[in-house]
Amino acid sequence: MAAQGSSIDALGQFQLHTALGPLGAAVNFTQSNLCMVAAGVLTLGLLWVGMRPRAMVPGRMQSAAEMAYEVVYSMCVDTIGPEGRAFFPFVFTLFFFILFGNLLGVWPYDFTFTSHIVVTLALTMVVFIMSTWVGLRIHGLHWFSYFVPQGVPKPLLPLLVPIEMLSYVSRIISLSVRLFANMMAGHVMLEVFGAFVVMLGTAGVIFWIPSGLAFAVNVALIGFEILVATLQAYVFAILTCIYLHDAVHLH
Amino acid sequence: MSDDPGDDDGPSFEERLKAARRRQGLDTPPRSPGMETGGLGQSPWGIGLRVGIELVSALVVAVAIGYGLSLLFGARPIFLAVFVLLGGAAGVLNVWRVFAPKQDERRRPPGP
Repeated sequence: MAAQGSSIDALGQFQLHTALGPLGAAVNFTQSNLCMVAAGVLTLGLLWVGMRPRAMVPGRMQSAAEMAYEVVYSMCVDTIGPEGRAFFPFVFTLFFFILFGNLLGVWPYDFTFTSHIVVTLALTMVVFIMSTWVGLRIHGLHWFSYFVPQGVPKPLLPLLVPIEMLSYVSRIISLSVRLFANMMAGHVMLEVFGAFVVMLGTAGVIFWIPSGLAFAVNVALIGFEILVATLQAYVFAILTCIYLHDAVHLH
Repeated sequence: MSDDPGDDDGPSFEERLKAARRRQGLDTPPRSPGMETGGLGQSPWGIGLRVGIELVSALVVAVAIGYGLSLLFGARPIFLAVFVLLGGAAGVLNVWRVFAPKQDERRRPPGP
């Protein structure tokens, strides 16, 4: 599917098509949606199966579930402060939705829903609207003092306040594009090197060595992708925490 | 096992446990709260991508707003011209905020 004729179709993997046969086609349920459901089910499954033994000394699954909880919890409290406990469920959901979405995408034949900017932009809009709303709820109109930098001469304010506002709004783009670009770039690279393997491997015996090299690169890339998948989910979650911190504490 | 603090001699069980855990390296030292970047992109690629995204995202927003306002208010793209400059400045501000030296915890760096 990667190498069609002599050209590499690196972006075809991001095309949506309906899943689950005629039922999915009737309601436009795509493979992207299917992976989202799978990510949700896997998160719930990790917690449910992991916490079922309720052992004093946890086993492997229970350790994983407890660690998942603790990592996100400490991230919330460390970054936002004591108020972060209120946002823990939100950040936990977000982190694990993205983490499982990214990791499922590395699995062969699976779809990476975070490689579509629509998805990441929607997630970012939720974060952005929520942090703005939290700031307005806590501080009222005083929240707008967030855009006034401290220790700046008055005449400069008409210039600096719009810059601060633009910087605030640009979070939408930077947060969504970071996740989207990382995931898409990784999968394009995988596809390109996968196509190299097939094209060189079928070109003749003398090309088997370069083909093997491309395959080795692909193996390394898979490992790298797993790292990127985890790291980007973490980055998204911690940036959400930082934005919520700004909303709660103003500066 | 008695773990009340008023145990006869020597430090209490809690303290001994804490000391033992520290010796074994089981207790991680408390992290500083000022981890803005949170280990984001320590590799050159990560830093480059981060700077690029921060710079461009502000510009994208500014151009979108400026273009919209210029369409709304007349023929000359004066808003676009102004907002491109503001967007560039906001992009630099974003980058500065990521890599600013943390002179005081959790405070945004004072303006240039």
